[in-house]
Order: sequence, then structure tokens, then C-alpha cells
Amino acid sequence: MQKMILTVDDSASVRQMVRFTLEEAGYGVIEAVDGKDAMVKLTGSSVNLVITDLNMPNMDGIELIKGVRQNSAHRFVPIIMLTTESQATKKQEGKQAGATGWIVKPFKPDQLKAVVKKVLG
Amino acid sequence: MDRHRQTFIEEATELLGDLEATLLELEESPADPELVGRAFRSLHTIKGSGAMVGFDEVAALTHEVENFFELARDGKAEIDKRVIALTLSTCDQIREMIQAEGDTEDQALHAVTSEIIDAFKRLVSESGGAVPAKINPDRTEAADGKSDKGALAETASYRISFKPKPHFFQIGANPLLILEELRGLGECAIVAQTGAIPTIDKLDPENCFTWWDIVLTTDQGPNAIRDVFIFVEDECDIAIKEIEDAADISDGANYKRLGEILIDRGLVTEEQLQKALGDHKRIGERLVESGAVDRDQVNSALAEQEHIQKLRRDRQMADRVSSVRVPAKKLDDMVDLVGELVTAQARLTQMVLREQNTELLEIAEEFERLTAELRDKTMSIRTLPIGTIFSGFKRLVRDLSEELRKQVKLSTKGAETELDKTVIERLNDPLVHLIRNAIDHGIESPETREAAGKPVEGTVHLEAIPSGAHVLIKISDDGAGLDLERIRARAVRQGLIASEAELSENDLYSLIFAPGFSTAENVTSVSGRGVGMDVVKKSIEALRGSIEVESARGAGTIIVLKLPLTLAIIEGLLVNIGANAFVLPLATVEECVELAASDAALTERRRMVNIRGEAVPYIRLREFFSIRGASPEIEQIVVARVDGHKVGFVVDEVIGDHQTVIKTLGKLFDDITDVSGATILGDGSVALILDVPKLLKNIEHEYRVQIGADSYGSKGATIH
Repeated sequence: MQKMILTVDDSASVRQMVRFTLEEAGYGVIEAVDGKDAMVKLTGSSVNLVITDLNMPNMDGIELIKGVRQNSAHRFVPIIMLTTESQATKKQEGKQAGATGWIVKPFKPDQLKAVVKKVLG
Repeated sequence: MDRHRQTFIEEATELLGDLEATLLELEESPADPELVGRAFRSLHTIKGSGAMVGFDEVAALTHEVENFFELARDGKAEIDKRVIALTLSTCDQIREMIQAEGDTEDQALHAVTSEIIDAFKRLVSESGGAVPAKINPDRTEAADGKSDKGALAETASYRISFKPKPHFFQIGANPLLILEELRGLGECAIVAQTGAIPTIDKLDPENCFTWWDIVLTTDQGPNAIRDVFIFVEDECDIAIKEIEDAADISDGANYKRLGEILIDRGLVTEEQLQKALGDHKRIGERLVESGAVDRDQVNSALAEQEHIQKLRRDRQMADRVSSVRVPAKKLDDMVDLVGELVTAQARLTQMVLREQNTELLEIAEEFERLTAELRDKTMSIRTLPIGTIFSGFKRLVRDLSEELRKQVKLSTKGAETELDKTVIERLNDPLVHLIRNAIDHGIESPETREAAGKPVEGTVHLEAIPSGAHVLIKISDDGAGLDLERIRARAVRQGLIASEAELSENDLYSLIFAPGFSTAENVTSVSGRGVGMDVVKKSIEALRGSIEVESARGAGTIIVLKLPLTLAIIEGLLVNIGANAFVLPLATVEECVELAASDAALTERRRMVNIRGEAVPYIRLREFFSIRGASPEIEQIVVARVDGHKVGFVVDEVIGDHQTVIKTLGKLFDDITDVSGATILGDGSVALILDVPKLLKNIEHEYRVQIGADSYGSKGATIH
């Protein structure tokens, strides 16, 4: 069955690019605009992977990662965080919170596909 | 990519507005950290999204401004009137750059951009801030999926030990994917080490106790191996060591003896080995008995021995045999047999499950695994790279462009994409048609192109893209695009549509696939007779594929063919309605949700279900197929994606995954389009395979006919 990916980002362009790239690669994609929205959309659904930005209003990426890792239904879901080159400490924080991997922004569709394949198969 | 650019332009315009407002507020209270943070965030998003959709210059410009604002945010620089004025003019500049759509020809625009960049660079250095390096030398490159292909290493063998720490699963990592990725690098022998697994009463199933010994032969070099572990470095212990003399075949294929390997790995000492050798049993047994090593470690060493010996044998063989030519007929027979085998295996598994005989079950599982492997291997023998037909088209394009006095070049991408041999063979004619059409109708004459400011030489681009269980083949041209008005006029004249009919753009495009349709004013030897597109569509559909058209007036046309990887066997989802079994191709299925009778009653008239806030329409297959009997209390909705839209199919029960060997239904059933074939289930009964897109079309048609009748569905259509 199609694998579902939740993309969390406050930028519509990033969400759209992620959706387009991953749908083309045969995955299903759900969008959320921030951590709070993501937590709501995760409830009761079977998501196989979360891709989240770190810098977001309402609930940021780090909090979202922590939230997911505390949620018994999604504790083991792989999470990819989107970081930028200037966020080395943020990346460390994300890893501590339980992120599975990371992609450095800006990224090209092929890079996204490669990393998704790496953690989701 | 155009859609992305559009979204970016809208988003950036909005962000620039926000940024300006923030800047004006900053002018009032320049030290407010909240405001500085907000400005930074806006800049940051513009930069990130801009770079992703190809506005590289916008990204480069924003990067400099962002650098300064980062310093300001960290209290290392001050924002004064000069900075605000400069940033405001940056906003204007970005707007103009976006308006120019990334047009890189405008020199004046360039000049202003570099002026602003220099100004901000000066500001940053004045504030004493070191300019952050654009890319961290931190091994981010690898995480981006780019491994250093530039420096291809020689083929070498490595001994890898991969020991996940107990909390390995807590970060959502999966050791099996890592092993799979290693396998992708080259020839691989993997032995699981299970010695550390505690007894079941002490076992915490959320921790990882197994570790792996791997012998890998690859030409990608040790860095590629390390990159596999990049995300999990901190969560496991990894040792990678090259096996020095692996490829040395001067002594024939014989590799080290088991004892030597174990000493090499530091698991036993020379002394222990000599002592064990005194006995007469096999060396491995003796060492295990004496407690020097455990059985897994011996197995791992044996795996290494076997792996290297095989590698050496292969090396010796390589010169002698490279490939075997086999008549295609033999392969086809083999696929048929594998199909039968898969069916027989499914029956066996079902039988064994009923018997509840664990020994038998073990054999059945082994049989299942082998069958699946055999199936995949057989299918892969039948696949060919699509480039085999791509190369033939170069000549076609050359000849056609000469004949039509146009200048056209053909570019191709993804020639290495593999497809079933039969699919490739049957794809040739439709592709020839499409390329002819692109050159004849699409690409304009050199004069027209020049007048329109396009390059005189037109381009036809062929691209194959693997996409899950499908391959997409794109045929695009940079010609005139489809003329919607002409299509409409022609269709009206030919009586295909009524003159006042309201049609969407997509509906109009799909008219070009109607039998007898052609918009070309003159019949040329190449096209214009109106035989073609309908034939193309039929042959693609015969391959269980689909065809879509996208076009922009003046910019060209894109035709996308979506084709299944293989024709003989598909992954299906087996469902039940009453006593009838159906299979839905798994590739179209997105998810399954429950439909409780109480919810169904509420939404009975609208037939919509709410899935995570998205309204998804559903169809009751029981009604559509007029299957007698009552539905169960809780039904299942199988949500499928068709042409980008989600549709739910209500069934009684979802059974699960099913390896579906497709049998055609025979001539008698030719006009039943809801069903693409049938398959034999484990118990010998037959399940119909639903053709989801066609089924949906038929339902839509049925619905239109019945509209006006009181309740749609209650008198639904019947399978003949």
C-alpha cells in the first residue's frame, strides 16, 4: 500500500515542492502548516514518515519531534528535519529530540527523494 | 516547475509585504528583538524557497541580508536608519527580480543586486562578524544524497561490523533499511549476530539486541559505506575494515581457512586455534565447543570465506561468460510457469494455515520466500532499459524534420529506466505517433519560431521516470501548444460535442483522443488524417496504462504516459463483498478506513466521508455490482487515488495483500470495462481484478444517466 508522508512547513512553496516531488515518486502526502496542525493530523492516521521544518510559528519542529516521540502510536515513525547550514546547534537539538535524519535547505527534488528512500525504504 | 514558481511568487510577495511592515516598525523601535526575529524569519523563508524553485539570484541576495540580520538578532550588530533603507530597497529589488521571472539577461538588474550584496557584506564585516561559510564543511553533502561520485574507488572488499545501540529504534531508525542500502552498494554477505538477545522474559521488544557482520564488495569506496550510516552514527558502533587480498586470484579461488579468518578478526588467538586443531572434529565446531567463539561468529567468518571465494570465482568466470542469448519464447513460458507457481504457493499457504502444523508452516514460509524471489528474478530477466527504443527515435526525428522543413532536435533522459520487454515492444508504435504529432503539429516552422522569439531549433524531449510500480514517460515539445478554440470548433463540426457545451480545459484536451479527430488544416504524409491519437490511447490502455495531456499556448505540449512495470503479476489488495472476492491494484490504493453504519446513515445522501479534514466521496460497490445481501455493521472504505483525486470504495471486508497473477477474461467479456482481468485465489476460487480508473468513469457515466432519478445507486448497474 502507498506510504504516507506528512510534510510540516509554514512555507507553502516548500510544502508544494515536497508534495509534488514525493507524489511523483509514488508516495502519498499530507500537509500541515505547523507543529500543532501536524499533531492534529497525526492523530488516528497511519503516517509512515514525517518531514518537518524547524523554524515555525505556534509549535516549532523540535517540539513536534518531542511530541511525536512521546506519542505511543507514532513513537517509531522516522522523522526528517529540514535544517539550514547556519543551524548546527538546532540540528544537534533536533537529533537529541529524536529526529531520524536531516536535509539541508535549500535542497533539490533528487536529494529529497534520496533521503526519503534512506529512512523509509 | 512553473507551478512551484507561481506559488513562490505569491508567497514571496506576501512575505515582502510582512518584511516591509516589520522594517517600518523597527524604525520606531530598532532594538526590539521580536521584530528583528520576525524580519530574519521572513528573509530566511524567501531565501530557502527561492533557491528551491530556481530563483538563485534572489536566494544569493537574501542570503547576504540574512547574514546581517542574524548578527543583529544575536546582538552583534545594530540596525540603524541606513540598514532599514538598504533593506527596504532590497525588498523592491527582490520584487523586480521576481517580476523578471529570473530572467538573467537584464544587466541593470544584475548591477543593482551586486551593489546591495556588497553593501551588506561591508555591513557584516563592519560589525566584526565573520561571514558564515555558505556551506558547512560538516558532511552535509552526503545527507543531501550526493555521494562523492567523482572519486570512484577500485573494487574492494570490506569487513563491516554494525552494532546498533539498544535505543536504536527510538529515533525511528530501521536497521533493515541500512542493510538494504549496503546491499545496494555491491555484493554483500550479511550474518546476524544474535548472541546478545536475552531470554524472552527479560527481552524489551523496544530495544535492539541484534547486530550484524557484513562482508561487502563494492567499487564505491569506504566513504560511500560511511555515508550509509550518516544518520545513525551516534546510535551505533560501526567498524569498517578493508580485506586486503580479496580480489587476489593468483592462488585460484581459495581463500583463507576459517581459523585464519577468526584470528584476523581478533576473535581467537593462535594458541586457541592450535589447541583446537589437535582434535579431529571440524574446526568451527571445536572452537564453539571450547567456548572461544560463539556460533554466530563462526557463521559470520564462514560467510566471509564463501563471499570472497565466490567473488574470486566470479572474477575467473568473468572473462569466459558475460551473457547468454535466450529465445524470448522461453522467457515467456517461464513467466507463465512462475505465475502458476505463485498461485499454487498461495493455495499451499492457505491450506497449511488451516492445518496448524508448525513444521509444515515453516516449509510453506520458506517456499513463499523462494517463490517471491524467483518471481522477482524472473521478472527482472524480462526487463529491458527503455533506451533500447529511445535510440531509434533520433533517426525518426531527423528524417521528419527534414521532410517538414523544420529544425528539431531530440533530447532524452532516463534511458536506463527498465520496463517489461512486452511493454517496451508495444510502446514503440504509440511513441512514434506521439513524436510525429509533436513535430508536425507542435513545433512551428523556423520563421514562426523566430518571430515568436523562440530558438529557431525546436526541441522534442523524451523522458522516462520510475514512479513506484509505474513508469512515467513524458513526451514534451516547446512548440505552439494545443489550440483550445480550434479543438472545440473542430469537435463541434464533427459532432463530437454540442456547440453550446461547457467543457473544462482537461475535457477539451481529452477530445484529441476521440476517434477521427484531427485539427491539422492540411493532411500531410505525416499526420492530419485523424488516425492516431485514438489508436495511441487504445494501445496504452491495453497495456493497463493511462495517458494525459498538458499544454500551454505558445509554450508547448506535454504528454505523459503512465505504464505498469510488468504485465503478468501485480500487487493487489484483496477485498470481500458478500461471497464475492475482488482485487484492487495496490498501486492505486492509498489507505483503508472504517465506515460505521451510524456514520454511513448520517452521510447517506451525500456519500462523503471526512478523512483528516478532507471530504472524500465514496461509492458502494455492493450497490454498483448489485450484490445481494445486507452489508455488515462496520464496512471498510478503500481509498484510492485516481487522476489526483481521492475516491473511496465501500467493501464488506479487507482481506489484505495479494500477489495477483493476472488472467485475461476472454473475448466474451470484452465489453466489461470495470474489470481488467481475474485471478485465482488460494482456495481455488476466482477474484475479479477491478480496473479502478475505468470503473470510476463508468460509475460517473451511470450517475449522469440516472441523475433525476430519486436515489442514485439503489438501481445500480449489474455486471453482465
